[in-house]
Amino acid sequence: MTDKKLYSLTAVFDKPDDIINAAEKVSDSGYTKYDINTPYPVHGLDGAMKLPPSKLGYSALVLGLSGTFAAVLMIYFMSVYDYPIVIGGKPFFALPAFVPIMFEITVLAASIGTVLTMLFFFFKFPNNSHPLLETDYMKLVSVDKYGVSIQADDPKFNEDEISKLYNDLGASKILPVYWDLEEVLYEHKIVEPKFLGMLALTAIIVSGTVYFSLNKLMFMEPFSWMMEQEKLSPQQKSEFFSDGYSMRPPVEGAIARGDLPYQFADKPEMAAKILSNPLVSSEENLLLGKTKYNIYCSPCHGYFGEGDSRLRGQFPNPPSLHSQKLRDWTDGRIYHVIEVGQNVMPAYNTQMTNNEKWATILYIRALQRSLNAKESDL
Amino acid sequence: MSTVDYTREISVIEGQPPLREIDEVISKPLETKPDKKFYMAISVTLTMLLIGGIALGLSFYYGTGLWGNNNPVGWGLPIVNFVFWVGIGHAGTLISAILFLFRQKWRTGIARFAEGMTIFAVMTAGIFPLIHVGRPWLAGYLIPYPNQHSLWVNFTSPLLWDVFAVSTYFAVSFIFWYVGLIPDFAALRERTTNKIKKVIYSIGSLGWRNSNRHWQHYEMVYLILAGFATPLVLSVHTIVSFDFAISILPGWHTTIFPPYFVAGAVFSGFAMVQNVLIFIRKIFNYEHIITLKTLENMNKIILLTGSMVGYAYAMEFFIAWYSGVQPEQFTFLNRAFGPYAWAYWIMVSCNVISPQLFWFKKIRTTIPVMFVIAVFVNVGMWFERFVIVVTSLSRDYLPSSWAYFTPTLTDFGILIGSFGLFFTLLLIFTKTLPVVSIAEVKAVVDGSQPSHKDH
Ligand code: HEC
Repeated sequence: MTDKKLYSLTAVFDKPDDIINAAEKVSDSGYTKYDINTPYPVHGLDGAMKLPPSKLGYSALVLGLSGTFAAVLMIYFMSVYDYPIVIGGKPFFALPAFVPIMFEITVLAASIGTVLTMLFFFFKFPNNSHPLLETDYMKLVSVDKYGVSIQADDPKFNEDEISKLYNDLGASKILPVYWDLEEVLYEHKIVEPKFLGMLALTAIIVSGTVYFSLNKLMFMEPFSWMMEQEKLSPQQKSEFFSDGYSMRPPVEGAIARGDLPYQFADKPEMAAKILSNPLVSSEENLLLGKTKYNIYCSPCHGYFGEGDSRLRGQFPNPPSLHSQKLRDWTDGRIYHVIEVGQNVMPAYNTQMTNNEKWATILYIRALQRSLNAKESDL
Repeated sequence: MSTVDYTREISVIEGQPPLREIDEVISKPLETKPDKKFYMAISVTLTMLLIGGIALGLSFYYGTGLWGNNNPVGWGLPIVNFVFWVGIGHAGTLISAILFLFRQKWRTGIARFAEGMTIFAVMTAGIFPLIHVGRPWLAGYLIPYPNQHSLWVNFTSPLLWDVFAVSTYFAVSFIFWYVGLIPDFAALRERTTNKIKKVIYSIGSLGWRNSNRHWQHYEMVYLILAGFATPLVLSVHTIVSFDFAISILPGWHTTIFPPYFVAGAVFSGFAMVQNVLIFIRKIFNYEHIITLKTLENMNKIILLTGSMVGYAYAMEFFIAWYSGVQPEQFTFLNRAFGPYAWAYWIMVSCNVISPQLFWFKKIRTTIPVMFVIAVFVNVGMWFERFVIVVTSLSRDYLPSSWAYFTPTLTDFGILIGSFGLFFTLLLIFTKTLPVVSIAEVKAVVDGSQPSHKDH
């Protein structure tokens, strides 16, 4: 067994008092690369090994404070800078209300950060290939024995001297620990079919799950944003009503509130004679008329009623609203055109309220007057 | 009366067992096949879990209309159950962190188990706010992440504080628990001969090698974690109580809520831990590790917190009268004599009267009696949350909107399911991980620490 490579020479002790003694002697003899292994923390060993106090407290402090700072920054950005909303009359930066979350994030950052620092930075874990693991030595010191292990790469390492020291200290067993050659000589390669296979499998599973849940699952019952509901939507066929319509027409003869049926549908002369404008041309009414005219009439008749359509010939251009004929028409006659349309011009009875129609007429009158102003107007 | 020698610390582990035996006793449940009793127990809890699963599935499919929640009582049973389960969790952290800071050695035998219960209780509790939002799969909006609506969460809302508090609590409890498990994983790794188990334990142990250079940092980290977990556990139930106290509803809007909720949480948590431990120590023969003395100590804490809760009930009444605020006075009279008087008096008799029996040493140390009292305490604490949530909501400022709240079968199905989930997880825990911390127990056995003769 000459090709074995020694990792360390270990000794096993039975009593906690012995291990304290051994730790003191070993560190006094000037060994630096040694370790003590015990199944549970034994009080007084740190002093015997002359270990400096743990510095983890500082990392907890730093991590905790960074947590607090990050929390303040995050909350400030979100609720003061990026999207401030007044809630309950509180100021945007409502510090007392932010304290709970600042506290929670501080604790979270400090505790998780400190543990990770200890495991991965201080201990360099995971380290499952350490030569001490799963040796006879470890099997003893993880149960009820206390062990010392002096590494072979210690500058003062000398097998005979150390064995003698161990015997003097009253060790119950002295065990050499060897490197596991298979592990030492093992070469880690990235391009290994097993590793690549794992990688591909993970990628497929992760992307598949994400795709399925975002694009398929979220549109299935009952995750479908309440899209499927037990109600009839417009245009849907109804099994319940005998006529098969889901939209119910109003009862025969019903009229909407404030909407008297138009009596002069095919009697423009009657309309011209009987209907009169109930509005006076106040600033308010003219403004309303202007808005409605610009919305409903101007695309064809032009902003000033000159028949300069913006529809670029897709619809026949209407005549000017400034003609003598129109200036002579009564308001009731124009109302009739809005109400029922004229030849190709569609009716506007459903889009506009009565008030808006009359206000629009007032505005048309104003437009007409602007081109044919009387001397008294000046 | 026997005289006690107070100059010597009484050992918390009875009979000075050899250390090797501790390994054997604690790892036995992991190395033997589950017996008949285990299968019987887990079939009961799985049935309960199944009932809960069906009730939840129906609620998801048909909507929350299956619950009793009505217009004034919008919180209903889900929030009652949430507060109840979060409270159960608090005992674990109290045992593992606060008692650790106070150097109470008797905690070692029960700490791991209580921490496990914390984690499972918080997991169970977390279900309720999620299902209460109606469409739990959209709960991602509770987290402040950059989204397409460019909207952020409301940092001034106690409901959001809850999200942060409960998830932090879960994460920190979990890491605390795992850090405690690392040396035990190492011990199991060295023990086991089973190949698959060896792989699992090796991964869990991360290659821990019992080195004193590690133990030193490890103990430091344990202290730091305990130091953080202590204010954390107090903050969690404080924030849960803010859900109520920050509102303006009579009966909720009181400053006594945070301490009162924390005391109540510890109270119910200890009762639950005590109940479960009575079974565990019997079934797995841990009588010398989880001693009668430990149970007695827990009963003392139940007595203390129970008295605090009783004091809080009295104080609420006093302040309602003393403040001279009419709605406040009405709410408390309504609690005690209104339509929910039955719930109120169940709560008072279970929470205030029954734990007072623990003044007698005989009752504190008789297992069947203390078991029954602890069950009462848990029932009472569930009713306390019921009384708080339901009475205040069902009769608020506006008499025209008053309504009586009756939970439905689905509500109870979900409650049963939550117990099923909790106990199923616990049972699996007892068979897969060491329920008592091997390393910690060894460290407090008599003769395991150096005598420091020559120092
Ligand atoms: C879709 C384009 C279009 C819109 C919009 C439109 N009109 Fe017309 N309008 C016409 C056309 C085309 C005529 C000519 C109809 C015909 O051949 O008699 C016309 C005719 C008229 C006439 C009669 C002119 C005449 O000399 O006989 C009046 C008055 C009138 N429109 C008013 C309005 C008013 C008021 C509005 C807004 C509510 C409006 N129109 C909106 C296309 C439109």
